[in-house]
Formats: sequence, structure tokens, C-alpha cells
Amino acid sequence: MSIPVILFFLCALVAVAGAVLLILAREPIHSALALVLVMSTLAILYLLLGAPFIAAVQVIVYAGAVMVLFVFVIMLLNAGSEERTNISRLAKPIGLPLGFVLLLAFAYFLWRSPVGGAIANGTGSSNDAADTVKLSEMLFRQYLFPFEATSILILIAILGALVLARKES
Amino acid sequence: MEFISQHPVLVAAVVKVLILLFIVMTALAYLSYAERKLIAHIQSRWGPYNVGAHGLLQPLADGIKFLFKEDVTPPASDRFIYTMAPFLALALGMSTIALIPFGPPSVRFPNGEEAFSVADLNLGLLFVFAITSLGVYGVALAGWSSNSKYSLLGSLRSSAQMVSYEVSLTISVVGVVLLAGTLNFNDLIQSQHGYWLHFIPRWNCFPQIVGFLCYFVAAIAETNRVPFDLPEGETEIVAGFHTEYSSFKFAMFFMAEYANMITVSCLATILFLGGWLSPLPDRWTWQIYLPGAGLLILAAYCAWDTVAEMRGIARLQFAVVTLIAGGAGLLCLIPAVAETIKGPFWFTTKILAILFFYIWMRATLPRFRYDQLMSFGWKLLLPVSLANLVITAAFIVFWPLLRHP
Amino acid sequence: MSAVPISYYLVLSAILFGLGVVAVVFKRNIITIFMSIELMLNAVNLAFVAFARAHNQLDGLVFVFFVIVVAAAEAAVGLAIVIMLAQNRESLNVERVNLLKL
Repeated sequence: MSIPVILFFLCALVAVAGAVLLILAREPIHSALALVLVMSTLAILYLLLGAPFIAAVQVIVYAGAVMVLFVFVIMLLNAGSEERTNISRLAKPIGLPLGFVLLLAFAYFLWRSPVGGAIANGTGSSNDAADTVKLSEMLFRQYLFPFEATSILILIAILGALVLARKES
Repeated sequence: MEFISQHPVLVAAVVKVLILLFIVMTALAYLSYAERKLIAHIQSRWGPYNVGAHGLLQPLADGIKFLFKEDVTPPASDRFIYTMAPFLALALGMSTIALIPFGPPSVRFPNGEEAFSVADLNLGLLFVFAITSLGVYGVALAGWSSNSKYSLLGSLRSSAQMVSYEVSLTISVVGVVLLAGTLNFNDLIQSQHGYWLHFIPRWNCFPQIVGFLCYFVAAIAETNRVPFDLPEGETEIVAGFHTEYSSFKFAMFFMAEYANMITVSCLATILFLGGWLSPLPDRWTWQIYLPGAGLLILAAYCAWDTVAEMRGIARLQFAVVTLIAGGAGLLCLIPAVAETIKGPFWFTTKILAILFFYIWMRATLPRFRYDQLMSFGWKLLLPVSLANLVITAAFIVFWPLLRHP
Repeated sequence: MSAVPISYYLVLSAILFGLGVVAVVFKRNIITIFMSIELMLNAVNLAFVAFARAHNQLDGLVFVFFVIVVAAAEAAVGLAIVIMLAQNRESLNVERVNLLKL
């Protein structure tokens, strides 16, 4: 049991626990914090997979900006506990097991995928900078069109959010 | 003992972390003392003077007070988040110190580990920004969980301010990264080696002066200090997001704010002021005796105070401080020790200079109104940082002389 | 030193995705449903990074980059819509949004 294996299982356990907390939490703010926990553990898993740049981007953008936006909206709207509504009583006993069957089906097919045998070990920090340079070269050469299209997409999102959230004057 | 020889990296890391934690906690406490003393002297009064020699035991007294105060919890608060928020703020504030190199990487422990940085990552700068961007949660959750109008409003304003100025902070740093071509802290410092015209050190604050000013202003806003401290100003909104906190949790927020200040000062030093490089030319070999000389001058001042003091207990305290300063000064005059501490000495001096600016501004400037603050951040600071980035990038592309060899 | 096979990461990604699907179907608060969608996107990101490692290529990482950016844009617009809904319907329960006109 070496350190990468222990770290992987620890992070996997915490990630799954966070996801279960997201489902079981009664207040939306607790769900939001559970999701931040899942994202942080996923960042550690990206580090184990040898992608430190993506780990940093995940924490800066996803956990540090998108989830802050979620937390803001929850605080602004004063989102309370989950309400009880009248869905059929049969939904939970049938639906939840079927949901888990779906989950197990996903897991089985991914386990059986052709790359299953490959080994992942956290690469040393020797070629981090070179990987970042290669990643940026790919982003600006091969994938230049998606990059520019995404920037226009973000501009549209900003305009859309501004127009939608503006008070009717 | 076999554990130590089998896992040298782990043991060295644990030792470094413990020493660094101890130094950082002491520095946080004495930073609050320094702030009170400096603001007092700017306002023509003495500040803490009675508790120890020159008030040096004041942080200890404050710590004991915080430990023994009554811990009041608002009744309708979200108990888990209320307790967790200050811990989160303090933990995040202190984590970035692990990535900062305090001295040159050439100084090593006997087993080959770097002595002056706990984690020398190739993407160190990016991880520091990742941790500071998580710092918004401490503030936002503290205000929400206190279940009070003032706290919620203060925390919303404070987190909106932190998120806005974080963008300018990150962009103003990219110019430096372009010039140096790396995100590693030690390489960033090494790229500022050398002199122009034989006496101006090749620090990044000179070619990137706009970036430095943008970074400094954004850093002050990011750490919620004057003139950007409306969310926690006492005359405006009681105490903002930490209104409902008392005793030790309040002390943790307090320490988290100072830890953030130290973090952004460390970053400013590394990126713009040359880190652990000395501003004096390398051929002046006598410069390694400067820390020792400084400590001996401090010891002489305390000796004079010992003689001039009338009260017995205070005289004893001054004598103790004299002995400690004198012993440390003599220790630093040994050439081997002086060579080793040359890097950390200059690093600490630069950080203290930046912190002095912070405290000076707190004593001098009035605060911004919230809408002035937000329009300043988005309408002035962000375009200026972006323009700095674009101009730096244009220079690097079109002027090969500027490119890092 | 034994390291972790890629299939473990893929199974974890599948579990997180499945939990996200269950949450989307069973939760009633709009914001929580939104957060479960983000959970599913994160699970997919993990699968992408695992595959990028397995094939030793960086294309998977570029895709993760784009997924994160698009998720951020979607979160912004989606939360603006949620705010409008909450103001118009006075409730964050997704079953109350059952009229064609707000």
C-alpha cells in the first residue's frame, strides 16, 4: 500500500461521500459545500493523474468562482429547506434502486473499457512546465477556433445574465 | 530511527512545516503588535507599552484574553458552518506559506532537501492563486451562518469585492510571468538577478511598474484593508461579517486577515521586488554582516533602555530582551551562519517594508464607499491591468532583447 | 511501487455521474438540481483526464479546459434564470414551475 494508492482511495471515498451528502442534505447551502468538497478532491485526483495545470484551473475557476456564484445566489434568494411535495409514494422505492442499477451499469462498462489495464502513477514534477507549454501550444494552434468560440460564448453568457437579472425599470 | 532514514523526504517536510508554522504564528501575533505600535506613533501616542518591555508581551496578553472570553453563539445560526468558517479562513490563509521560498534553493539539509521552501512546485504561482481564490468561502459562509442582517450584508459586499479584485490581481501578475517564462517561484526570483547600469537591481518592479501598482492596489482590496475595508469598517456596518463572532473564532478571523496580508506581501516580494536577492552588489561581501549588525544595534538600544528604566520589573524585561538580541546578533556574525541567513534576511526585510506600507496606509487614508470601490475595481483597475498585459506581450514579441534567455 | 490502474478512476467517475443523475431526478430545489448537473460535468472531466493519462496525450486536458469554461458560462446564465424564476414564482420548488407562462 504505497502513498498514491492510499491517497487515491482516501480521495475517492471523500468524493463519493461528498456526492452522497449533496443528495441527502436538507439545506441547499450544505449541498453547495458538499459540491465544493467533491471538486477539491477531484483536483487532488487530477494531481495524481499527472495534470497539475488542470487541477489548478479546476480549483481557481470551478471551486473558486462558479461555486462562489452558487453560494451567492443561495444567500441572495435565502433558499430554505427542501419542501415536501406530493409525488407518488412509489417513486422512491422503485426509483432509487433503479438509479443505483444505472450507476453500476456505468461503472461496469467503464471498468471493461480497453484502457482498463493501463497504470497511472502521479508523475514527478520534472516536466510540469513543459506539459503546460505543450498544452498552451495545443490550445492556441490546433484548438484555436474552439478557444475563440468559447470566448464569444462567455461574452454572450455575461450579456445574457446581465439582461435577465436586471430589474424591470 | 529507521523511520527517519527510510522516509527522509517526509521527515524533512514535517520538520520544515513545524518550524514554519511556529514562525508564522509568532509573526501573526507580532504583526498585530507592530500595527498597533506604528499606528500609535503616527498618531503621536505610544501604543502598547506596559505589558512587557516596550509592550512586547501584548500579543500574549491578547491571546490569553481571547482564550478566556465567553464564546457566544447566535441561537438561530447554522451551527456547523458557523464553527467551520473561521477555521477555513485561517487554514487557507496559512496554507500558501508552504509554497513560498524564503531563501535560495542552493541551501540544503544534509539529506539533499531544500532548506527554505516546503514545496517548490513548478506551477507554484498557480497554486497560490488557487488557494487565495478559495479564501472567499470563509468570508461568505461566516456572514451567512451568523443569521444577522449586518453580517450577511457585510459578507456579501466583502466577497463580491474579493472576487472582483482577484481578477485584476491575477492579470497584473501575468506580465511578470511572461517576462520570466516560468511559474516556478525560485526561477522567477533567479530571472531578476543582475543589475542595470551596475547599480539598479534587475527587479521586476522597474520594467513592470504599472503591474506592480495594479498588483499592490488589488492586493489591498483582496485582503480587505484600508482604504478598501468598508465591509468590516466599524463606523459603517458594525463589524461586517465577523460581527457575531467572539473570543477564539474572532481571533482566528483576525489572524486569517494578517495571514492573507503576509501572503500577498510574500507574493509581491517574489514577483516584483526580487525575493531573496540582495539589492546590494554581490561583490560587496561585507553585506552578509548586516543582520548581525542590525541585531547588535537593537541590543545596544535595549541596553540603554535597561539603564534608563526606573521600575524593577521593566528593567528586568529590558535586560532579557537585550541579552536575546545581543546573543542573536553575535550568532549572526559568524560567517557560516551569516551566509546562510542572507537570503531569508533580505526576503524578510522586503516583506516588512511592504507591511509597513500597509500599516501606514491604514493610519492615513479614509475608506472608499462601496460603489466607488466596485467601479474602481472594474472600470479602472481591470482595464489598466489588461493594457499592461497586452503592452508587455507586444514588447516581448517585437523586441527580442527583452526575451528571457 | 504499485500505482493505481486507470479503471479505478473510470469507476469513480461512473459512480459520481450516477449519483449526479439520481440527484437530478430526485431533488426538488432548482439550485440543487443545477448543482447536480455540475457534479455530472465534474465526473465527466475526471473521465477525460483519466483517458488523457492512459493514452499519454494532452487532447483530453484541452477538452477538460473547454468543459470547465462552458460549465461556468452555463452556470452564470442558468442562475440568472433561477433568480428570475424565484422572483416570479416566490418558490424554488421545481414542481411549482408548471405553467407555460411565468
